[in-house]
Amino acid sequence: MNNLEYIKERYNQLPSINDLNGLGVIRQKAFEALNKMGIPTTRHEEWKYTRIGSFFNKEYQYQANQSTVSANELSAVRLPGYEQANEMVYINGRYSPELSVIRSKGLTIQPLQEAARNEYKDIVSKHLGHSSNYLKDGIMALSTAFVQDGVFVHVKKGQIIEHPIYIYNITDARQANVLAQPRTLVYVGENAQVKFVETFNTLGTQESFTNRVIEIVVEKDAITEYYKIQTDASHASQVATTHIQQIGKSYTHTVTVSLNAGLVRNNLNIVLDEQYCEAHLYGIYLQQGQSHIDNHTVVDHAKPHCESNELYKGMLDDQSTGVFNGKIFVRQDAQKTNAYQSNKNILLAEGASVNTKPQLEIFADDVKCSHGCTIGRLDDESLFYLRSRGISESTARSLLLHGFAVDILEQIKLAPIREYVDKLISERLEFDLA
Amino acid sequence: MLSIKNLHANIDDKKILKGINLEIKPGEVHAIMGPNGSGKSTLASVLAGREDYEVTEGTVEFAGKDLLDLSPEERAGEGLFLAFQYPVEIPGLSTTNFIKTAVNEVRKYRGEEPLDAVAFLKLMKEKMAMVNIDQSLLSRSLNEGFSGGEKKRNEVFQMAMLQPKLAILDETDSGLDIDAIRIVANGVNKLRSKDNAVLVVTHYQRLLDYIVPDFVHVLYNGRIVKSGPKELAFELEEKGYDFIKNEFKVEA
Repeated sequence: MNNLEYIKERYNQLPSINDLNGLGVIRQKAFEALNKMGIPTTRHEEWKYTRIGSFFNKEYQYQANQSTVSANELSAVRLPGYEQANEMVYINGRYSPELSVIRSKGLTIQPLQEAARNEYKDIVSKHLGHSSNYLKDGIMALSTAFVQDGVFVHVKKGQIIEHPIYIYNITDARQANVLAQPRTLVYVGENAQVKFVETFNTLGTQESFTNRVIEIVVEKDAITEYYKIQTDASHASQVATTHIQQIGKSYTHTVTVSLNAGLVRNNLNIVLDEQYCEAHLYGIYLQQGQSHIDNHTVVDHAKPHCESNELYKGMLDDQSTGVFNGKIFVRQDAQKTNAYQSNKNILLAEGASVNTKPQLEIFADDVKCSHGCTIGRLDDESLFYLRSRGISESTARSLLLHGFAVDILEQIKLAPIREYVDKLISERLEFDLA
Repeated sequence: MLSIKNLHANIDDKKILKGINLEIKPGEVHAIMGPNGSGKSTLASVLAGREDYEVTEGTVEFAGKDLLDLSPEERAGEGLFLAFQYPVEIPGLSTTNFIKTAVNEVRKYRGEEPLDAVAFLKLMKEKMAMVNIDQSLLSRSLNEGFSGGEKKRNEVFQMAMLQPKLAILDETDSGLDIDAIRIVANGVNKLRSKDNAVLVVTHYQRLLDYIVPDFVHVLYNGRIVKSGPKELAFELEEKGYDFIKNEFKVEA
């Protein structure tokens, strides 16, 4: 039985709609959409360069047992600064309250099933699944079809969450191939502040495929920082969707760091749905071997006077492949929009390639927008300059490539995380930080 | 120290240097002057090891080694330094980190232990004072957003840190006002000693008011056509390069 058939079977085994506190309808619709659209192929415009069909032609365990990961195994993948952090742990796609640690006041985490029927039910019914307005494909529908396993995160109005929230997605692929679908809805209340750092780790040598969806709703005067660090094994692949809806005048800042894994597809959607919103999107990707990185971003300027700033940088070595697809919509109402986008790539080997496609769709007439992309090699004159000072060619290359990454690194405002990522990048570039 | 014999070099099959001969001894300052396109910067680039040029004939011996056989970094290790006409801007790499890496790689090449943080800082402070450069400049990305004068001062600072046997100044005065020229020249003069040498490549005589050469060579059409004492520079300034062009017209 192929994976998709097996997943559909699992779906049919789930409790019936009526038991699911209002989540049933959304699930049912998603399941129908999945049946209709199937897993996207490269004929789908948004999936032209990223092929995920093969992941569904083999057998995976879905909703695998989550008690297999011990506290010690978790410790091995913890991020620096965890002693001072809130930690949310997902094992094989399901939230583990036992391994998670919530320290901050004003931060509530509970199963979506509960939130859908208690005081949060209006928030859930209003915002859950908003991402599917932007991602019309079977892989998104697949996540939503199983949304009852999801988690709801509520940041109380006026609360400044000092401790960052570290999200660990751990897949235990020691016994079998595993499919994991961690799903989260975050609500950041008015005038609240919160920072997320998300990582992905696969245990064992079997294959893992993670279909991650996190939807973040940001209220008026709230500030949200979100950092995604992808350093998984080469037999681990993922589609990771981050959907941010700024429903009040608010500020968001995201940095996506992609260093390792088999195939990675990131969807980052930011909807600026109120006047005077500000969004900053940064990304850095270093790829090697046969790995594949695809960053699809959407910034939707729906209201006037908003600003968005986007800069993604990539270095591709060996036979690795990269995709950047950045869409900016400026709706008819969104006058006085400032939107900037840039994607810069360095190819380090003959066999490496990147497809980059900036897209602006502007329906308003009084806006400032710019976009651009570059694909190049390391600059010969810069290399010669460093070498003429006695620096060996390999060190000179490392220094230049590290320098290329620095302006993205500087966007990671959490110092322990910035240092951690800098160390990972430096190790990759064989660059001595000292 | 430097012995150039019958040096010929091409770029993209175009002959630029057509038989250069030049001897430089420790403690000497040589100036190479010449009109635009005469091959001055090519000579500087070939000596530093820029890969765009192909040496077709001749030899260059530096400190007893076959210079042309060495990579750019090995040449620096042997004590050759080129102050660039257009120093490169490198975003994301601080000048301090850059120079620390350079100093320690050169020390490694010479079989010396790397400098520890304290020793490096001490050396840096000393050289900063010597060439009159500010700390704030050094903590910024290498040359990024520097003015012309700041870039050239940074070149001289790097030279001070690396203490080369032979420093080649490639059109260091280009784009600088007279105050900036004076500051840069003062830095170079402080670094002069009986053991090292300087090769000044310039179009104009004015830099030579501040870095006074022992010998002046006129480069024209890929060859040194005239050599003399420092007074030759004044003659060139007075008469212009046309007199050279006229005198050597037949050969050109």
